[in-house]
Amino acid sequence: MLGITEGSMAVAEAVRLCRPQVVSAYPITPQTHIVEALAEMVANGKLDADYITVESEFSALSACIGASAAGSRAYSATTSQGLALMYEVCFNVAGMRLPIVMTIANRAMGAPLSIWNDQQDSISLRDAGWMQFYAEDNQEATDLHYIAYKVAENQKVLLPAMVCFDGFILSHTYEPVDMLSQEDADKYLPKFAPSERLDAADPVSFGMYATPEYYLEFRYETDKALKDAKSVIRAAGAEFGKMFGRDYSAMVEGYQLDDAETVIVAMGSLCGTVKDTIDEMRKEGKKVGLLKIRVFRPFPTEDVAAALKGAKRVAVLDKNISLGAKGATALEVKDALYGSTIPVYDYVLGLGGRDVRKKDIREVVALAEQGKGNQFIGLRKEVL
Amino acid sequence: MRELRIHGRGGQGSVTAAELIAVAAFEGGVFSQAFPAFGVERRGAPVQAFVRFDDRKIRLRSQVYEPDYIIVQDSTLIKDVNVFSGVKKGGIVIVNTEKAPDYKVPDGVKLITIDATSIALKVIGLPITNTSLMGAFAAATGEIKFDALKNALYHRFPKELAEKNIEAARQAFEHVKGATA
Repeated sequence: MLGITEGSMAVAEAVRLCRPQVVSAYPITPQTHIVEALAEMVANGKLDADYITVESEFSALSACIGASAAGSRAYSATTSQGLALMYEVCFNVAGMRLPIVMTIANRAMGAPLSIWNDQQDSISLRDAGWMQFYAEDNQEATDLHYIAYKVAENQKVLLPAMVCFDGFILSHTYEPVDMLSQEDADKYLPKFAPSERLDAADPVSFGMYATPEYYLEFRYETDKALKDAKSVIRAAGAEFGKMFGRDYSAMVEGYQLDDAETVIVAMGSLCGTVKDTIDEMRKEGKKVGLLKIRVFRPFPTEDVAAALKGAKRVAVLDKNISLGAKGATALEVKDALYGSTIPVYDYVLGLGGRDVRKKDIREVVALAEQGKGNQFIGLRKEVL
Repeated sequence: MRELRIHGRGGQGSVTAAELIAVAAFEGGVFSQAFPAFGVERRGAPVQAFVRFDDRKIRLRSQVYEPDYIIVQDSTLIKDVNVFSGVKKGGIVIVNTEKAPDYKVPDGVKLITIDATSIALKVIGLPITNTSLMGAFAAATGEIKFDALKNALYHRFPKELAEKNIEAARQAFEHVKGATA
């Protein structure tokens, strides 16, 4: 049913409808509203789950490991420094092939301390073996949770997933969201029934130590599972579309792409502002389009290459930077276009909550047309 | 698309006002979006919150720089913050004040003043002006129906508190209707 609510509340409700059996999280701005709402649902009997309160994010995700390995559907949520504190645990979750789903309310990394939005936190964990979904709006943020669990728990995948949505910009925004019914959610997402789980009657081990004779193979198989997840993601997104009318089968989504000369590549809530700017520029006769990246891990390299093949130039926006190199999306897009002659220009913007306006997008297009990339957009030169 | 910017001080309920206006607008059949300027929330510090209204899905995520409507919850902000910045020609500014204005709004912009603090003190017993200003906004702009605002307040607050706030909103609504009739 279409209703209007805060992004965090919509996500909490979607998580409830996914029927997690164990929730463990530690509050941190701007994620706090989600886990507060879930704690309340558990306390009120609206969610039949164990809510494990812990003293840190490290423990929160560790508790989820135990729960997931024992065969429960487990959930956590965090952001920024909280995610950084989970760094070690994130690798363990993926290595143990546990399909935990975690919401990331994206926020900048300190120092300097910033509670505001960018995507540095989850991007910095792109190598951990988790799937990463990025939501453009709160509708997508809620829908991606069902899809994330469905894909994560697929026996071909068995890997964790982060559902990333921009902190404050989405998490604290009231906007309409069409919520599934419990019946529909159950139809789409069946009970978690892993083939392997911790069971005293039938003992197995998770996360054993691997000598040099085995470690390489473990990494190979985890990488392969993550890459193979692409077809599972497409199928799960298509099934969601068939059942509820919102199709998520594409890992990347084009907007005004067909005849676009300048194609902007972006991720998350930024895409909405880019679309509005494109509409304005199209009216002025500028052939601008957008390629939205919805799934960053596994990275849809071949989809990106195919979508961009008609472009005259590509302008990649990143709300993150691999310091000393470039924004993470720019690096991936350059890799996807390796061997082509299409120039790729990269722009870092919106870090630490800096508002991104339509005029910033116009500036990006103008710079790309002049062949100027490798820039921070909106730098206040007077404070440098 | 129409845009509203609310200026207030931390603790005056500017964010709640934005949320409830968005909820009421949605009930009236339009797409709406409400969000705060994500500042460091301290009691008394200048804060902003925003609402957008449109007939189609709202995608824009930047803050509001050229509003159609402005609500100023505390007229003492006017000397510290450029609260009228960017307001569109034909726009409407609602200021909570008991005084005659000693400031000017830009040309072509309509100024409505209302003593929301007195209404709130009289009806609610607290100087919480946001609900009165929501009533004034409904009357001045027509973006939200009074009944939808009432429903939003009932949904948000316990019954007794909701009723006091609805009465404050109603008095402000009628005051503005009377003044602009």
